[in-house]
Amino acid sequence: MTLWIALVATAAGCYLLKYAGLAAPRRLLDNPWLQRFAMTVPIALLAALIAVEALRGEGQALAWDTARMGGIGAAVVALVLRAPFLVVVVVAATATAALRWWGVG
Amino acid sequence: MDVKAPSFLRSTAVRDGVGLGVAVGAAGLAFGTAAVTAGLSPAQAVFLSLFAFTGASQFALVGVVAGGGSLVAGVLGALLLGARNTLYGLRLADILGWRGLRRAVAAHGVIDETAAMTLPHTDRASAREAFTATYVVLGAFWVATTLVGSLATDRVADVSAFGLDAVGPAVFLGLLWPRLRDGDTRVRVIALLGAGVALAATPLLPPGVPVLLAASAALVGLLGPAPETVPRTGRATVEEGRP
Repeated sequence: MTLWIALVATAAGCYLLKYAGLAAPRRLLDNPWLQRFAMTVPIALLAALIAVEALRGEGQALAWDTARMGGIGAAVVALVLRAPFLVVVVVAATATAALRWWGVG
Repeated sequence: MDVKAPSFLRSTAVRDGVGLGVAVGAAGLAFGTAAVTAGLSPAQAVFLSLFAFTGASQFALVGVVAGGGSLVAGVLGALLLGARNTLYGLRLADILGWRGLRRAVAAHGVIDETAAMTLPHTDRASAREAFTATYVVLGAFWVATTLVGSLATDRVADVSAFGLDAVGPAVFLGLLWPRLRDGDTRVRVIALLGAGVALAATPLLPPGVPVLLAASAALVGLLGPAPETVPRTGRATVEEGRP
């Protein structure tokens, strides 16, 4: 039940953020600081999400999972080779699964 | 729908939209997988894809749920990530020029991809066509693949055996990569700081909160010389941007 409230709040909030942009006075766009901040926030958040999810352990602890890190490393290689998004994700999961199958991590 | 199907299907905007839709569909599969792995039901996963309809925010919320973290922090993190859509909306408002109900419906479709496909158009008619085609095709792919991904994962007993715990980080990496590749040193500093702040705070704070704290790293983007995205009137002075 509580989870549903979070889902509805996220959906409503995301919609309002989009609508606010379409309906806001145009001069807001001319503020270069606002523009720069709005475009750099996702960079900080995405990097934080990668780090936290890659090193997620039990509860709040950080943990090194060699198989998972190997999968993420494989994803980096795929990105460097300019592989499409689907390939990157599949490579990460497959490499992790293969490493675990071999008894790594 | 009042769209004339035959001519609509022949348009370049639709073909471009389908190409993009296939890529987005891959992310939808990954999202359905990540959502069910985190403990959401397939119905809850599809609800998010249908109504929140902005990938990064959805993945962020689901990541916090997976970590058993504070839902409030999860929602706030999702909204912070969704705030860039406000900026897209600001830029799209003039070229689309919709009012009232049409604007309210179109708002739902303001995301990275629709903005990228619409903003290059200079005339209103083709901008509207590009926006509508991208929105409709992407929305259909996104929701359908979320459903498929979540239903398939619902049948998987051992998530870690399939390496599905690497899907979340790989998705975020795929979203961040183009920004790192095309960005300057400042972008990389912000990314490193964001990751560092989140990792340092993880053992101390409930899941979700460390990622929120990491947003403060974006303040680095405000340091240094004034942004050059908007041409300044008159001469740029040396003092500009100094404390």
